[in-house]
Amino acid sequence: MSKEKFTTLKSAAVPLPIENIDTDQIIPARFLKATTREGFGENLFRDWRYDSDGKPKADFVLNNPTYTGKILVAGKNFGCGSSREHAAWAIYDAGFRVVVSSFFADIFKNNALNNALLPVQVSDAFLKKILDTVAKNPKSTVTVDLQNQKVVLEDGSSESFDINAYKKTCLTNGYDDIDYLLSLRGEIKQFELTH
Amino acid sequence: MSHSPKTLFDKIWDAHVVKQSEGYPDVLFIDRHFIHEVTSPQAFDGLRKRGVKVFNPDRTTATADHNVPTKDQHLPIKEALSRHQVETLRKNCAEFGVNLYDLGHPFQGIVHIIGPELGLTLPGMTIVCGDSHTSTHGAFGNIAFGIGTSEVEQVLATQCVLQYKPKRMRIEINGKLQRGVLAKDIILYVISKISASGATGYFVEYAGDAITSLSMEARMTICNMSIEMGARGGLIAPDETTFNYIKGRQFAPKGEQFDRLVEQWRHLKTDPGATYDEVLTYDAADIGPMITYGTNPGMGIKVTDRIPTVAELKDISEQTSFKKSLEYMGLEAGSQLLGKSVDYVFIGSCTNARIEDLRLVAQIVKGKKKAANVEVWVVPGSKQVEQQARKEGLDKIFEEAGFELRSPGCSACLGMNEDKIPAGKYCISTSNRNFEGRQGPKSRTFLASPLSAAAAAITGKVTDVRELV
Repeated sequence: MSKEKFTTLKSAAVPLPIENIDTDQIIPARFLKATTREGFGENLFRDWRYDSDGKPKADFVLNNPTYTGKILVAGKNFGCGSSREHAAWAIYDAGFRVVVSSFFADIFKNNALNNALLPVQVSDAFLKKILDTVAKNPKSTVTVDLQNQKVVLEDGSSESFDINAYKKTCLTNGYDDIDYLLSLRGEIKQFELTH
Repeated sequence: MSHSPKTLFDKIWDAHVVKQSEGYPDVLFIDRHFIHEVTSPQAFDGLRKRGVKVFNPDRTTATADHNVPTKDQHLPIKEALSRHQVETLRKNCAEFGVNLYDLGHPFQGIVHIIGPELGLTLPGMTIVCGDSHTSTHGAFGNIAFGIGTSEVEQVLATQCVLQYKPKRMRIEINGKLQRGVLAKDIILYVISKISASGATGYFVEYAGDAITSLSMEARMTICNMSIEMGARGGLIAPDETTFNYIKGRQFAPKGEQFDRLVEQWRHLKTDPGATYDEVLTYDAADIGPMITYGTNPGMGIKVTDRIPTVAELKDISEQTSFKKSLEYMGLEAGSQLLGKSVDYVFIGSCTNARIEDLRLVAQIVKGKKKAANVEVWVVPGSKQVEQQARKEGLDKIFEEAGFELRSPGCSACLGMNEDKIPAGKYCISTSNRNFEGRQGPKSRTFLASPLSAAAAAITGKVTDVRELV
């Protein structure tokens, strides 16, 4: 099944300069009860975003109209904790297409890549530069160029990022891992017989 | 011809690669797949949309654990969304021919507890589940790791996942453990040393005599928390302890077949001279009863130590998180946790809800009463653990102490069902995560061993268990 294709994204960024943001913060367990993939965006960062009565907390960045855009910029070790893919679904559902951090937890990274959400790992120094730039001018844009594997800021400064070739092809073309694996079913059956 | 020496991890991985191509991740065959109600419905939906059947239903086992009540399990689940999720699992398993240990079944329980206790988890296997604590199964000398729902769909459809091979780390613990120090303390100690992301990108092999002298259940506690330092999984080479544990279990191979397999399993160890990308060595004697003070499992200290001050942090970039954490926890940097009053004690989860854990707790509390200021929940890891506890009379000991023995499930480890720690309250918990709100909105978690939790239940405060044993 094809996914949304990703080529280049130029957008303002939403800063969340906190380290070790775990998947329980991204989407608390009590909101994992749905049996579909849609609708999790409403509860993205639920307990940081809303008080216990469900009122938006004014000091949380997603409630601040100054910050808009499809790029979330977060502190290191983003997405640690549980394997819930709901975390990637929630971020995507809330309109983000890229998460920039200086370090990602493994399972989250895979989950994001499987859902057309691009995790972009930059150096600590470049992360700080992006955060400083956005703090000075929230409307300042960040360009994420998947083809050339580059993040470019408005002042022209840039940093390249790594992504494996297979995942890059999948994202660029909207391919899906399962289509590839299904094409190998014959080989897999053979392997199972002799394994 | 000489073979280059291999680590145990590499041996198992390489034996499961169906296809390896330049630029592509490995196509890794999966021997055993566990599923539960929370991370599987969207995967089954995917199969329906594609018109695909389950590749080999015999390799998948399902149970309901994350979102089930731990009281009145014989009644329909009260909460509509939770009920729907469990019913969806039931429907999906029936439609796709997957074996389900549903609520009320004598084999139901937390997915990582029932796999090993039923003899479904064996050495040398590849095992996955849509749950990060799948690393638990690695205690048997296999490659077990958590996956997302898209990957659950991959496994259901093709019995394979696409994976890049992680790096290898060896963590060696040598020497003799102090009295009152358990496997939980070992792993909390290691995570406190290397941080919550210290093993990201790695698969860990645990070794050393402090590890090999542990029981299977204690080894599971160690491997369970591999993910809490970022590792995809952790494993321990199988030995006589492993084989003895497996022998005679419900679905374990029997008779001659078992003996033949044991001969093969004896080869499942790292070759002399094999290299790891990272090797860490610790002295067991340095490990004391541990407790966490912050909001990630790396924020742990010996129960007799002070919480660090900002100036003492190893990593300056952690300062913001550290301050935010302590504010959330209502604690002061540089202060002691010992003697801090607690409100709840949770003994449960895939980390510490096996029969040995319950026995340890019973040992401490036998003939005593819980402190008046605490509420104590004991949630067994499975129906079988619960039955065994009753058979041994542990239920009576708990009852007399004023503890509540519940029915099996993940419960207050993640607060998905109604077992939530109220806002602002402190819970000393045998589970695996102390994230903000993990046990309920604004709840505050201290992770510790079953002995430390039992000690706190009796005294009503954070206690050095060595004073009681």
